[in-house]
Amino acid sequence: MTRFSPGEQVRVRDDYPPGHIRTPVYLRGKTGEVDRYFGEFANAEIAAYGLPGPRKGVYKVRFRAIDLWSDYAGPARDVIEADIYEHWLEKTA
Amino acid sequence: MTDHDHHDHDHHDHEHAHAPPQPDDKVHSYYQILGIALKELLIEKGVVSADEVRRQIEHRDSITPANGSLVVAKAWADPAFRQRLLADGNAAVAELGFHMTTTKLVAVENKPDEHNVVVCTLCSCYPRDLLGLPPSWYKSRAYRARVVREPRAVLAEFGTHIADDVALRVHDSTADMRFLVVPMRPAGTEAMSEAELAALVTRDSMIGVSLPDQPGH
Repeated sequence: MTRFSPGEQVRVRDDYPPGHIRTPVYLRGKTGEVDRYFGEFANAEIAAYGLPGPRKGVYKVRFRAIDLWSDYAGPARDVIEADIYEHWLEKTA
Repeated sequence: MTDHDHHDHDHHDHEHAHAPPQPDDKVHSYYQILGIALKELLIEKGVVSADEVRRQIEHRDSITPANGSLVVAKAWADPAFRQRLLADGNAAVAELGFHMTTTKLVAVENKPDEHNVVVCTLCSCYPRDLLGLPPSWYKSRAYRARVVREPRAVLAEFGTHIADDVALRVHDSTADMRFLVVPMRPAGTEAMSEAELAALVTRDSMIGVSLPDQPGH
């Protein structure tokens, strides 16, 4: 049972903890839509230090370029997609 | 004709204070020195041997974009393979003898109304197990920062102009997925063999910054 489903709106946590974080800063606090669920993977935030830890679900999340950049010059249909660990995503509603 | 063109020109009007640069003359950065020190320590402590390191470098250098070209050509020629590639990249490329080691290959297909391009804004993630080492521009800060910010302008600099009615999908490789763009099969290639098709599939077209070559070029 995955926490988010394809098509669901999600928000990336607007959080700036120290350490090896693979959630790009340009996506933090931004809202996108789940494209698909990839399964569970080693959590890079812990694995980067050679430490054991629970695996984390990873989702492909799609963001509209115009939602990321207020002055985006291209069409509204352009998207940026990134792979985000589940603990970085929150429901919007 | 100037005096400089005289065959017996004696060069004494130039002062060469330095020997010309040699290919292995370089100043290592902090992290390059750290990497070299780590390698030397691992070898010194017997964790890995110098030969294993050399073999691994040789293996990495032997992987070329031609592998990916074969995968794309087969996807163009064989609709069932294309479906398997889109469903499970690792299993599909294994059919051709290519093995993803620690990452998950995700094929994304260009369509008449959708163009895909790949980046790793955080570092240099790239389907190395299939395509080999990424080009140096792929690792540059300029490409990484700009392709998510102004992708159409970046593609235009590669000579690739995407029409406004085609959606651009930029894939930022932030986790364990590695993206392979499956370009659209060029028109006029209906009679071509898989080997002939593969010759049209360039590295850059599998990253998405360009389109495949046209037949007859």
